[in-house]
Amino acid sequence: MGRIELKNIDKFYGNNHVLKNLNLTIEDGDFMTLLGPSGCGKTTTLRIISGLEKPQNGTMTMDGKEVINANDAFFLEPGKRELNLVFQSYALWPHMTVFDNVAFGLKIKKMKKEQIKMQVMDALEKMRIAQYADRYPSELSGGQQQRVAMARAIAGHSKILLLDEPLSNLDAKLRIDMRAELKRLHNEMGTTIIYVTHDQIEAMTMSTKIALFSAGELIQVAKPLDLYTNPATLMAADFIGNPRINFINGKAKYEGGEMKVACSLGNFTFPKKDVTEAAPAGEFDCVIGIRPEQIEMHREAGEGMVEAKVYADQPAGSETLITVVCSEDELLVKQIGIQMYTMNQPVYLKIDPDKFNVYDAKSEKLVKFAV
Amino acid sequence: MSGKAPKKPMTAKRLKNLVLSVVTNPFNLIVLISLVMLICLVAVPLVSVLKTTFTLARAEARRAGGQVGDFTLYYWKYLFASKLSMATFWRPLSHSLLISFFTCLIAVPFGSIMAWLMVRSDLPGKSVLSLLIIVPYMIPSWCKSMAWLSVFRNARGGSPGFLEGLGIAVPDWLAYGPVAIIMVMVLHYYAYSYIMVSGTLQSINSELEEMGEIQGANKLQIIRSITLPLVLPAVLSGLIMTLSKTLGAYGVPANLGLRIGYYTLSTRMYDALGAGTKGIGYAMALLMVFMASGCIFANKIITGTRKSYATIGGKGGHSNVLHLGKAKYPLMIFLIVFLIVALFVPMMILVLESFQVSTGAGYGLDNLTLYNWIGDLSEAPKNVNFPGIFKNPDFTKALWNTVRLTVIASIITAFCGQFFGYVSTRGRGKWYGSLIEQLVFVPYLIPSIAFGAIFLGMFSVKHGPIPSLYGTFALVVLVSVVKHFPFASRSGMANMMQISTELEEAADVAGASFWQRIFRIVLPLSKNGFLSGMMLVFITIAKELDVIALLMTPSTRTLSYLAFVYSADALPQMADAISIVMVVFIMLSYLIANKVFHADISKSMG
Repeated sequence: MGRIELKNIDKFYGNNHVLKNLNLTIEDGDFMTLLGPSGCGKTTTLRIISGLEKPQNGTMTMDGKEVINANDAFFLEPGKRELNLVFQSYALWPHMTVFDNVAFGLKIKKMKKEQIKMQVMDALEKMRIAQYADRYPSELSGGQQQRVAMARAIAGHSKILLLDEPLSNLDAKLRIDMRAELKRLHNEMGTTIIYVTHDQIEAMTMSTKIALFSAGELIQVAKPLDLYTNPATLMAADFIGNPRINFINGKAKYEGGEMKVACSLGNFTFPKKDVTEAAPAGEFDCVIGIRPEQIEMHREAGEGMVEAKVYADQPAGSETLITVVCSEDELLVKQIGIQMYTMNQPVYLKIDPDKFNVYDAKSEKLVKFAV
Repeated sequence: MSGKAPKKPMTAKRLKNLVLSVVTNPFNLIVLISLVMLICLVAVPLVSVLKTTFTLARAEARRAGGQVGDFTLYYWKYLFASKLSMATFWRPLSHSLLISFFTCLIAVPFGSIMAWLMVRSDLPGKSVLSLLIIVPYMIPSWCKSMAWLSVFRNARGGSPGFLEGLGIAVPDWLAYGPVAIIMVMVLHYYAYSYIMVSGTLQSINSELEEMGEIQGANKLQIIRSITLPLVLPAVLSGLIMTLSKTLGAYGVPANLGLRIGYYTLSTRMYDALGAGTKGIGYAMALLMVFMASGCIFANKIITGTRKSYATIGGKGGHSNVLHLGKAKYPLMIFLIVFLIVALFVPMMILVLESFQVSTGAGYGLDNLTLYNWIGDLSEAPKNVNFPGIFKNPDFTKALWNTVRLTVIASIITAFCGQFFGYVSTRGRGKWYGSLIEQLVFVPYLIPSIAFGAIFLGMFSVKHGPIPSLYGTFALVVLVSVVKHFPFASRSGMANMMQISTELEEAADVAGASFWQRIFRIVLPLSKNGFLSGMMLVFITIAKELDVIALLMTPSTRTLSYLAFVYSADALPQMADAISIVMVVFIMLSYLIANKVFHADISKSMG
């Protein structure tokens, strides 16, 4: 159990409107990642869910039970929300041993000693740090401290686990290990996890759902791969994906149940089923978004291909990034393995129109799905 | 991302929840208690004393021609524009200003240069010297005035001092009065400038200076155009602190000035409050508060914006040491001689004098005695009505008073400091946070002697449920506690700042109540800072004379005051012995504070 529903949440710091009319539902068992650049309101959202911040507007329910009602100035205390939180800094109490850190919440709940010991050791073993139970936090490495913070959060068997950029202080290798660890943990325990990060790889690899934030607004909530294939706005498309998506300006015309798009890569026509509700009728300026790996690149000309010139290549071992110039537009192409090109070498691009997105240049909204 | 939070209609449910959230949160209770305490102990006394100076008292009712309790300008007129205002106010004021001016003129450059030598030069023996150089600061200033007397006292002081004993006639102008007062104050207050400037010098990233070197500046140019501008704010702060401290000093000018009728504002005020017209004394106290606040605000205005860059800390590392070359050894010798002449010789003479039968009569066996320490009254020499201090019930009583005052007051002060620190750090940016921060700072603006006067005025009469506290030990404790609020809460704030709010939030999420958070997270983590802060307050209170001088009665006398009384009663050997006990007590406390609690002496500004 652990369904959270946020409705019309507004948060102000003085005159600074940091969360704007947020509506978000997190289903029981979700691994929901709140993703966005720094200052977008994701951590504020997490702190509101935890009860450490009080929003000025809106309501929040947990499993149907009201925990926030800003109109009535009702805010349930954090300790009574049956959730737990891992801070970015870990916030381990330096004057307590690892065991005491993990046991603290259980002692507060006045559990029996044996029960506490069992649950603490269970949590420590799950995080594979049982051997450090008697150490103080300062005697542990960053990665071990991270595990203690995790153990402390899971020891109480809370329904909901909140994680605030928990991996950002770890080095690259440890981060990959911990990602696997977290994913397994979520699977084994089945708790609802709400995870804040600005790292899209973390978001993509671990979550069941991603909520993308920008400047205090929720842009899109979707499954990771859906978010990747069909970002709802230009901003979302630009933020998700590394190397980043290519944008090409073009002209579109939507009438008679089909959409015609013209750009430097050619002219395309799409049936109505591929077009979203945001598409305006008639002619409009559009932006085409193509992921670098969706562009097929050949050294020889072929049917339906567009000619381009190599601007620069960046072989990196496992993959090669090639910047090419096609008429006026600069495009990034990704190929697997080591590929060598010479500068200004002519190449031929093949594009599958089903694989790219089209956005309305004015509203910046998605008007054509990729399939 | 701007906009205003919407106003909500007030419903019964909303009101109930709002009230509940305020009432059930103990943090608000603490805020409330802190505010009430500070307002009652800081704001109200000031206002009440101000009112007293405009209200006619019984003693002056007839002379001023009015009813008791009438509004009157009598006291202020008496002070500024009467036949006696020259003697009561203007002359003492000019003396105070003269003393402050010359003390600053000598002490500030001396302390600053010393700091520079200790931090940035290759002076030999730096580590030992930099320790010794703050020793004078640990000794109470009134002890130094005792030492001065033991060297320079002449026949006018009752019994001759060391130099007279050697057959050198000491003129009055050297033994007593402004020269003596300035010299003793310089020896005490150079430590302020030293501590401030050396702290700043240490925090300046030497890369700033190295950059100057790379740009082709020579050492002198670097000092002039990089180092000096950077430490200037600290020098100014030192200057203004010295100024306001010397203006409010009582012990030294009383001990060295009164014998020849040389009055300063503080000693004149003491007289007015003790035996003269109280209203005038209070008016003088307020003027002192006004002058001192003026100094401190001037400091804020002058250094306010610049201070920020002075604290830009480097990552430490190496600072480029300036080579003194040939001046190295002469400078070291000068410093050693200075320390010997200014500190060790007078202290030695003070110690020796406490073993003399008659002062200034040499150190032959026939003139040496243990009487002043352990003598019985039956073997007393003529003119002495007291047994040796260890057999003197007055001494025992004063020792007991000192110990219990310092212990009780320092514990209370340190606790209050932690709580004020907690409230003001956690209330950062909220109205109560800054209000508490400002109120807590007010006692700092008030010169010590004036602070005592204000509390005397406030608490010597009954206020509702609070009885008159005059002459009680409680009042002495109270005044010591409140006077040290600024320092204690500064250390409390520094302490609380180190405890990240996330540590508390983590406990909050785990379901801990406010008190569980305080007792299981905040207090254990602030323990060390709390103890070291407490030890520093302890030492400051033990040294204190100026704050409590006005509140002393025979039953509440402390060691400082007793020594002061004996010195005034021409019993120099007894006074010396008490001073020695005091110095030993303080040195031991410093040692404990430093070794056991790792307190940093340079952080105490008492």
